[in-house]
Amino acid sequence: MRLLSADTLRLLVPALSLAVLLAAVFWLQPRTMSYTGLNLLFNLAVPIALATIAQMLIMMVNDLDLSMGTFVSFVACVTATFLNTDPLIGVLILAGCIALYAALGVVIYLRNLPSIVVTLGMSFVWGGLAVLMLPSPGGASPEWIRWLMTSKPPLVPMAIVASVVIAIVAHWLVMRSAFGVVLRGVGGNQRSVERAGWSIVRARAAAYALAGFFAVLAGMALVGLTTSADANIALRYTLLSTAGVILGGGEFVGGRVSPVGAVIGALTLTLAASFLSFLRIPPDWQIGAQGAILILVLALRLVLNRREAAESAK
Amino acid sequence: MTTQAGIADVIAVDGAEKSFGAVRALQGVTFRVSPGECVGLVGHNLSLCPNLTITENTRITHRALRGFGWRRRGEALIRAKLDEIFPAHGIDPGRTIASLTIAQRQMVEIATAFSETDEPVKLVILDEPTSSLDASLASQLLAFVRKFVAAGGAVVLISHILGEILSTADRGAATKDGQVVAERPATEFSTDSLVAAMGSVGRARGASRSARDRPSVAWFMGEGADWVRPRDNKVALVAGDRNVDGTMPLWSILKNMTITLLPDLTRLGLVREKDETGIAQGWRDRIEVRTQNMDNPILSLSGGNQQKVLFARALATRSPVVLMDDPMRGVDIGTKQEVYAMLRAEADKGRTFVWYSTEMDEVCQCDRVYVFREGWIVAELKGADVNEENVLAASFAEQAA
Repeated sequence: MRLLSADTLRLLVPALSLAVLLAAVFWLQPRTMSYTGLNLLFNLAVPIALATIAQMLIMMVNDLDLSMGTFVSFVACVTATFLNTDPLIGVLILAGCIALYAALGVVIYLRNLPSIVVTLGMSFVWGGLAVLMLPSPGGASPEWIRWLMTSKPPLVPMAIVASVVIAIVAHWLVMRSAFGVVLRGVGGNQRSVERAGWSIVRARAAAYALAGFFAVLAGMALVGLTTSADANIALRYTLLSTAGVILGGGEFVGGRVSPVGAVIGALTLTLAASFLSFLRIPPDWQIGAQGAILILVLALRLVLNRREAAESAK
Repeated sequence: MTTQAGIADVIAVDGAEKSFGAVRALQGVTFRVSPGECVGLVGHNLSLCPNLTITENTRITHRALRGFGWRRRGEALIRAKLDEIFPAHGIDPGRTIASLTIAQRQMVEIATAFSETDEPVKLVILDEPTSSLDASLASQLLAFVRKFVAAGGAVVLISHILGEILSTADRGAATKDGQVVAERPATEFSTDSLVAAMGSVGRARGASRSARDRPSVAWFMGEGADWVRPRDNKVALVAGDRNVDGTMPLWSILKNMTITLLPDLTRLGLVREKDETGIAQGWRDRIEVRTQNMDNPILSLSGGNQQKVLFARALATRSPVVLMDDPMRGVDIGTKQEVYAMLRAEADKGRTFVWYSTEMDEVCQCDRVYVFREGWIVAELKGADVNEENVLAASFAEQAA
């Protein structure tokens, strides 16, 4: 007899992996079990969580964004320069970026182009623009972002509050709203959504624009934490965001995504890095060890997927 | 049945034509449906998003389901429709489509089609709606269809189960080779006259054959079959769905043809290109692939010629058994005749062909035919018994009940 459905298990795996990792970190370094400790552990998870949600929105419509890292870096450079010195121009640039994302979604669909090729090309555009803007590390975070990212709410640290808020907003938008259903439908069976009279162009533009919006928030949050920017500040985000989505129970195709899982996935990846540092594993080996953790979780997922397949075959 | 004066047709199609490659699906079909009439048409595809729940799929269909509380309203809507059509269905609208059985998916699909929000449903086209339903669910559906029609709705029912058409429809239309060959009130049709009108297996599921009357070695799973090719070279395969199972689209004609032969053409891990070219030229002349240069890409050939290359790929092997999965899809008549002759010659030399087909003239090329219906072999025909009449009779037997 089974007590849990495969769908519940799917969300439980990322949650359990995070819990196990957190318990291990607490055991290795009991001092992290405090307000400041938790904040330090999860601080850098906030921009990663936002970028993971952005990547999830792209994967939701069966595409993949390989420019996520350079785009977040570019946004960080805009935030640390224009948004700080000329807020109006800064806001216009960022709004333009979101519009450009929507346009990319439309072009990819209408011209039937592979998203990985288009976004790989865009990654050089964003990277180049970022270097033009900030050839050497510098700039400064706008005061209000700095204030927001370093504020100290009572009882629960900002990093946790922000993660929960991101998860709830994204969950509502993607999983609960009537609008999110149509977007997920596009990933599940585009033809049936089209046949029901929806515009696929508009749905895809909306998904890409939303992704652009979350990626912009990621870049701004990052500058709020680091106080300055650099053209290469977030290059790792392309891989981290993709791994976060998969770790959180999402799939590359089929519109199967989980915003709550994606945020948990981002937290897990951040925590895995701290965990390995606490184990005194040299930084050279950490990337490999992080990969090993990823493979472990994904292997667990595979077992569950088989179970699910067996369930639907009955 | 003529349209009553004063009532507009719900749907009217004049001279519709549709071709899939060389296969003409529709040739000048004229068809009308007026309200309050259930039309049966002898002729599947899932229109749900597998990643969404049942309620969410209802939302995709109905734009009116939005704003606060849409989920609750959508759930009530689809639950009520399911209850109405399939009492005691036991399906929870919160489940995702992917977690449902095929029968449940079909029930949800039907209920979604009949569900109404701001506008009443006037016409529902059911394409093989009972293909995954058991007898009691099917009769529940057909009873609902009658009720729906009595209340003024129109239904187009497409089915290969003739009994369903005869018992449910007001008017029957039989199609053959893309043309409507008979159209009259359903009461004037009987199973026999309907079969006679079609005169072709059409939608009557597949029939297989093995030539030379040898025991067949095949993994045969009926329509939508997945072929599993064993690792030894006793069996070769000719794929029907070229683009999925057959051609390597970026390779040359030569490479596409010789891929199965590579173990025989290899020495010290290297392919002997001279032998490879020689064999390919030989087969090009034998089966007359229309190309100047075998190094041209495979996609430069017409569909029929691409299929010939796939035949050559299988026939050039030493395999005593060749599996063929509806291999003539999209092949023109001339090429078909050439291939039949070639297969006959190979069969006379002692090769066995296991042929899955839905085309009557292909089935009639065989020495032995097994007729499948709903996943079971219902008849075995041999020698002189292999003819159109017997295959049709076996395909539709007992279905009127």
